[in-house]
Amino acid sequence: MEAKTKDLWVFVETNEDGSPKNVGIELLTPGRMMADKQGGKLVAVVIGSGVDAAVREASTHGADQVIVVDNEVFKHYTTDAYQIALVTLVEKYGPTSMMIGATNNGRDLGPRVSSRLQTGLTADCTALDINDDGNVAWTRPAFGGNLMATILCPDHRPQIGTVRPGVFKKSEPGEDKAEIIREDIQIDPSDIRTRVIELIKDMDAENVDLEGAEIIVSGGRGVGGPEGFAPVEALAKVLGATVGASRAAVDSGWISHSHQVGQTGKTVGPKLYIACGISGAIQHLAGMSSSDVIVAINKDEDAPIFGVADYGVVGDLFQVLPVLTEEIQKARA
Amino acid sequence: MNILVCVKQVPDTTEIKIDPETNTLIRQGVPSILNPFDGYAMEAAARIKDKDPDTKIYVISMGPEQAKAVIKECISLGADKGYLVSGREFGGSDTLATSYILSESIKKLEKDEGIRFDMIFCGKQAIDGDTAQVGPEIGEQLGLPQVTYALEAFVEGDELHVHKEVEGGKEVIGIKFPCLITFTKPSFDPRYPTIKSKLAANKAEIGLIAPADLPDIDQTKIGLKGSPTHVKKSFVPERKKGGVVIKEDTPEDSAKKLFTMLSDAHVI
Repeated sequence: MEAKTKDLWVFVETNEDGSPKNVGIELLTPGRMMADKQGGKLVAVVIGSGVDAAVREASTHGADQVIVVDNEVFKHYTTDAYQIALVTLVEKYGPTSMMIGATNNGRDLGPRVSSRLQTGLTADCTALDINDDGNVAWTRPAFGGNLMATILCPDHRPQIGTVRPGVFKKSEPGEDKAEIIREDIQIDPSDIRTRVIELIKDMDAENVDLEGAEIIVSGGRGVGGPEGFAPVEALAKVLGATVGASRAAVDSGWISHSHQVGQTGKTVGPKLYIACGISGAIQHLAGMSSSDVIVAINKDEDAPIFGVADYGVVGDLFQVLPVLTEEIQKARA
Repeated sequence: MNILVCVKQVPDTTEIKIDPETNTLIRQGVPSILNPFDGYAMEAAARIKDKDPDTKIYVISMGPEQAKAVIKECISLGADKGYLVSGREFGGSDTLATSYILSESIKKLEKDEGIRFDMIFCGKQAIDGDTAQVGPEIGEQLGLPQVTYALEAFVEGDELHVHKEVEGGKEVIGIKFPCLITFTKPSFDPRYPTIKSKLAANKAEIGLIAPADLPDIDQTKIGLKGSPTHVKKSFVPERKKGGVVIKEDTPEDSAKKLFTMLSDAHVI
């Protein structure tokens, strides 16, 4: 389709309580710069149920306009309902570009929307820019983080990308002054072709919020066994941190998959990442190298993890961690 | 029930190294493997067949001639029939063009075989491109409902019950046939082939779908020219340079030094 405007859209995904997912608000930061370069408005598109909080946050974080679809049917994410809503809006308003947070739902929705619109989609971007000709330069990792590629979508509109959570920072909130447009989109119940039968809560997984964690303490092959996670957990406890793990530790059955950081686990970007007994395979680095500060503790001086660490301790984690934990405890007492 | 499993042959990205001199990927000598997530999709199909031996499993892959190897691997794991979609005209396709070619191939297979695929299973993403787009895009082009990030799937009457990985646990989702499901890593290991099944798979005939077999395909939507997205450039990311190395006489001293440095930097 042809773009009707030079506007840039950010799809703001919402939680069931109507609050926005962090990544939607984060994307308004690069979105502001990109919209200005494109010479159009920055538009936040909020879909959900009871989403006033999300609308306000989008408005105070730089959006010129917020398009809101607020209806009970959107409380729980479904591919079908969200696809219909987003495609309907894009066809009506014709933005030139659109960004979607690369959450599980975002990556479920993105390809359904782009292929319905017969346009290009670039997945899981970590860097964004606007070229002089107005095309978005979407940069993303491939080959497990070994290679970066910059992708263009020159002849199809809108150009769409999903963008990895935690890469961009939220801006400081400002004035609540965006123009609010409310759209009523009716979904026929028969349009939703899936039904939720049951939610099985994993008590362990529920407590593992790796993506939202400010501090993560992770254990790898070097912890040696399930009991080897004890000093890792002790350090995590005094720091109020979430426990992570490498694929080696998860595959050995020492800790559940919900803790896994890396290409086949979670991608994280905490303020502090402490890697204990993790050698630093490329798959692991792909999932954590955008952390603000990285500490590595490993016996092997040549371990690749030291290549990305800001602070590298060469030593036995079983001797280093208890002392570190005790020092922190003393300082906080 | 008929299940179609979509698979891709990929370089084993765990074996890829960077040439420190040229700062480029060393692809030489890197083994080609069945994309691990596609292996999970194949396992999910095989488990359905375990329960209902009347189930037929078909496998399709798009790629060069050598991609037959991963199709044969799937046959050794329980698939009944395999097809390779291959042709120079298809080269350079992005995810939308790839999913279009596969969708047209799937329609042709259904017509030729006189069947309907009740389920189309894909890996959630390939480990080389990491896009996670081709599965849902096939779903869209065939008009099928989808569930992504599936761990397991069970046939229950006229529905497939899919265990989907979600934040804080899993959801059981009911979806009617036909449907498209993409699989992530389950908590169990996929089966291995036996020597006998491997030998049999080696002899299996792989059907070929060439551009000439899809006469009605829209030429403006395939290959490099038919792809909306283009790779402008690719580069090896700059790795963060290593920081401070702490290696005192005893681990205790190292721990204390680390604590002091982290406190001074206001990290903790």
